[in-house]
Amino acid sequence: MNMTVDINKISHYYGDSPVLKNLSFSVSKGDFFIIIGPNGSGKTTLMNAVSGILNPQEGRVEIFGRSIQSYNRKDLAKTIAFVPQMFPADFPFSVTEMVLMGRSPHLGMLGIEKEEDIKLAKQAMNFTEVKHLAHRKLNQLSGGERQRVFIARAICQEPQVILLDEPTASLDLAHQVKIMDLMDRLKREKGITIIMVSHDLNLAAMYGDRLLLLNRGEAVSLGLPQEVLTLHRLEATYGCRLLVDESPLGKFPRITLVPQKHVGAGRTEKKSTSNVQHRTLNIE
Amino acid sequence: MVSDKPFLLKRLFAVSFLLILLLIVTMLLGISIGSTGNELKTIFQLLSGGRALDPMREAIIWEIRFPRVILAALVGATLSLGGLVFQVLLRNPLAEPYILGISGGSAVGAIIGILMGLSRFPGVGFTAFAGSVATLLLIVLMSSGQSILKKDSLLLSGVMINAFCSAIIMFLVSMTQDARLHNIIFWLMGDLSMSDIRQVVILAATLLPCFLLLFLLSHSMNLLLMGKEMAQTMGVNIKYVTMILLVVTSFMVSATVSHCGLLGFVGLVIPHMLRLALGPDNRVLVPSCVLGGGAYMILCDLLARVLPEHGEIPVGVITAMIGAPLFIFLLKRSRQ
Repeated sequence: MNMTVDINKISHYYGDSPVLKNLSFSVSKGDFFIIIGPNGSGKTTLMNAVSGILNPQEGRVEIFGRSIQSYNRKDLAKTIAFVPQMFPADFPFSVTEMVLMGRSPHLGMLGIEKEEDIKLAKQAMNFTEVKHLAHRKLNQLSGGERQRVFIARAICQEPQVILLDEPTASLDLAHQVKIMDLMDRLKREKGITIIMVSHDLNLAAMYGDRLLLLNRGEAVSLGLPQEVLTLHRLEATYGCRLLVDESPLGKFPRITLVPQKHVGAGRTEKKSTSNVQHRTLNIE
Repeated sequence: MVSDKPFLLKRLFAVSFLLILLLIVTMLLGISIGSTGNELKTIFQLLSGGRALDPMREAIIWEIRFPRVILAALVGATLSLGGLVFQVLLRNPLAEPYILGISGGSAVGAIIGILMGLSRFPGVGFTAFAGSVATLLLIVLMSSGQSILKKDSLLLSGVMINAFCSAIIMFLVSMTQDARLHNIIFWLMGDLSMSDIRQVVILAATLLPCFLLLFLLSHSMNLLLMGKEMAQTMGVNIKYVTMILLVVTSFMVSATVSHCGLLGFVGLVIPHMLRLALGPDNRVLVPSCVLGGGAYMILCDLLARVLPEHGEIPVGVITAMIGAPLFIFLLKRSRQ
């Protein structure tokens, strides 16, 4: 069995309302797995269940064939690293201090770093190209730089799986590509399994090996980007008008939003639109 | 670039060494200066093994000034460290050790003790301690289970408890008319004048293990600052650590409050100042708060004893008078 993460029929409720409903999927080793879905579809709750932060009320989460509950915290931290979306910046740690904290699960209670830990931190900072920022404070960095510091911290943890919660949210285009390329390199060069929540369907289409589309806590679709990202499914899930065609870059879908003013004016461009839809169907 | 960053231990030793020196200097000053005159020479005579000429002066040094200086150091250390821990727990650099209502609870206890005509120690000390432990239990109960991790609900519970307690204090004060009123006011302002060596030894034996425990948790405190999700995925049992930090800190703050009342601003200003100077690593800040907070309190107490022509000012007045403007200055600087 080559499954890194195995989710088996998990359900979770906040009060009476279910956030995850009987969800099952597995992620194989070295996959770039991207979870997409509208707001409130349960993506973050699912992420918390995979990272062990949340214990789902029903079902099992297995990491390398072992129930996540049977891991002790430090062992789990050596297996899975988590890059959260939000970060409190009231206490300004330096970039080096932050990255070194990733060593905590490998160190004693006081987390006293040895020479080799500092070496690993340097390597991680090199990998994510933040080494020149080593002495800067976290709150002096831009969003993109900060995200790369968090990823360096996760790498320093030497995990086999890295979870990321919307790492490209509110970043500019250059930083978005940089983060995604970085994760792609991590996957290919270090064989780390990447599980990411993303709102950006185009990035998901370009980088994801497999996608999971969630809606109201249920898996709508699971598979290759071209299998999951189809026009009708996306329009039904997100409740808005879209265009889906093939990216000029290769065999993966490209998603375009259709603004309200173009829906009415669409008649004049009906021809091209219908072409696009036909091409989409071909992909399906 | 990175290799010139000093190792944690080196940095810890360097900072501790400097602050220990500072603490020793302030202790010597605190012991030698006082209303009966300057005794620096006598101290050095005592330290070098010789006997002081005047047994009266020796008695003043050993039985009055020495326990008082130690008490000041312990209280300053506890309040600074308590402030640091609450700043981490509530992820708010402006938190202070009384923020969860410990002060209100023990003040109510103390005033009841004073009104019952109990002696200052152990009587009033005990009722004050009982009051603060009751508050602590109330806070833990109110925020029991998962919500202990929600800093806002913890903070709100504390603010409400303090508000309720101050209403009770006002009520009790308004009902009191005799000399006990003076006792109550002095207690509320905080003072270190009631120190005997036995009391100080008991307090030290209570507090030092707490300091050690908090130092052992200092790295977990660093991780907690990263947010609870990140801390948990880096191997911290956040519920367990939060509970220990909350209980240990409240316990040691209660112990000091029951000895010498409410001393404002030390717990707010010292950790904040040290963080500005030394950075946010709690493994450095925990010992620094103990040493630096102790030194600051000894100096404040020295001023409280020396400034007035006759008698003394309650040290709480000095700590707040220096602390409040200093804090406003720091706040202004950190906003820039």
